[in-house]
Amino acid sequence: MAAFKPIATTRSATGVLTSKLAVWWLLASEVVIFGGVLCSYLMHRIAHPEWAAYAAHTNEWIGLTNTFVLLSSSLTAVLAHNAAEREDGPLAARWLLATVGGACLFLMIKSFEWYTEISHGYTISANGFWSFYYTAAGIHASHVIAGGLIMLWVANTARKNEELHRVENVGLYWHFVDIVWIFLFPLLYIAK
Amino acid sequence: MSDHAAGDHGHHDIHPPSHYVRIWGILLTLLLVSFIGPWFGHQIVTLVTAFGIAFVKAYLVIKHFMHLDVEKPIVHYFLVTSVVFMVLLFAGVSPDVMHHEGTNWSNMAAEAEIARALSAQEASGGEHGEHGAGAAEHKPAEHKPAEHKPAGGDH
Repeated sequence: MAAFKPIATTRSATGVLTSKLAVWWLLASEVVIFGGVLCSYLMHRIAHPEWAAYAAHTNEWIGLTNTFVLLSSSLTAVLAHNAAEREDGPLAARWLLATVGGACLFLMIKSFEWYTEISHGYTISANGFWSFYYTAAGIHASHVIAGGLIMLWVANTARKNEELHRVENVGLYWHFVDIVWIFLFPLLYIAK
Repeated sequence: MSDHAAGDHGHHDIHPPSHYVRIWGILLTLLLVSFIGPWFGHQIVTLVTAFGIAFVKAYLVIKHFMHLDVEKPIVHYFLVTSVVFMVLLFAGVSPDVMHHEGTNWSNMAAEAEIARALSAQEASGGEHGEHGAGAAEHKPAEHKPAEHKPAGGDH
């Protein structure tokens, strides 16, 4: 274990480890970001009856598959946390890598979906619905990419049984990304 | 956990992995229900199975995967504050977005776009409205700012 430990990993003034508190703080700000986007979409969707026809072009089977992938990756993330609680760093690292695999699969499916839609003329500038669609899903996908990269870094330390608290921290972030998609799925794919 | 600082929330009750697999199974079942909801063709059923179940799924993830229920109150304060701001945003903005006409203003660009799009969808004949090529050919309505009605007009 490293001799020097950042203060965020050792201090706990509020009763919550500072690093974890920072993650919750980040998630609170993300609630406003994604909440703003989703609320804006909802307002426009209700105010624009023509969007129902636009929304009919999203592929609900792809949405279903990607939701399955993200829910499953949340399972592997919590199993990584579970292993970290048992101080089994190598197992936690393996579960985190499985979660990264889920992130990659999600992004591959999303890329295929976007390629298909764009090739059919449904671009970000086609109309207001598609602008929201690409903006919301794009911001979410950027969070998936960031989460995957962070999990790779955390898995590298966890496999050496170091800084295992990070497994829970990155898991919290990943579950939040999952929750955002749980709401995007009905908004963009189901309510047509 | 050895790396946890003293004074942290303490250890969660460590569930066996099977507990999380069971929650995952429930989440997948709910996902299937939300997916087949629209097949019944009733708007109310679709709304309940789509959005009602989304809230249930989010609750399950927050409680069982994020363990929010055993977190310190300060974390709850963070999240409640952010949700309140989100609701404030919705309450403050929605009257202008969800209506295209007010006492002293009207959003003519939005009204024109709705009229244009609906007529285009009707002309295309399909219930899916403008198709891909149509979307590519789509010429957006000229975006005009919301125009003010003359003073004393519709008071």
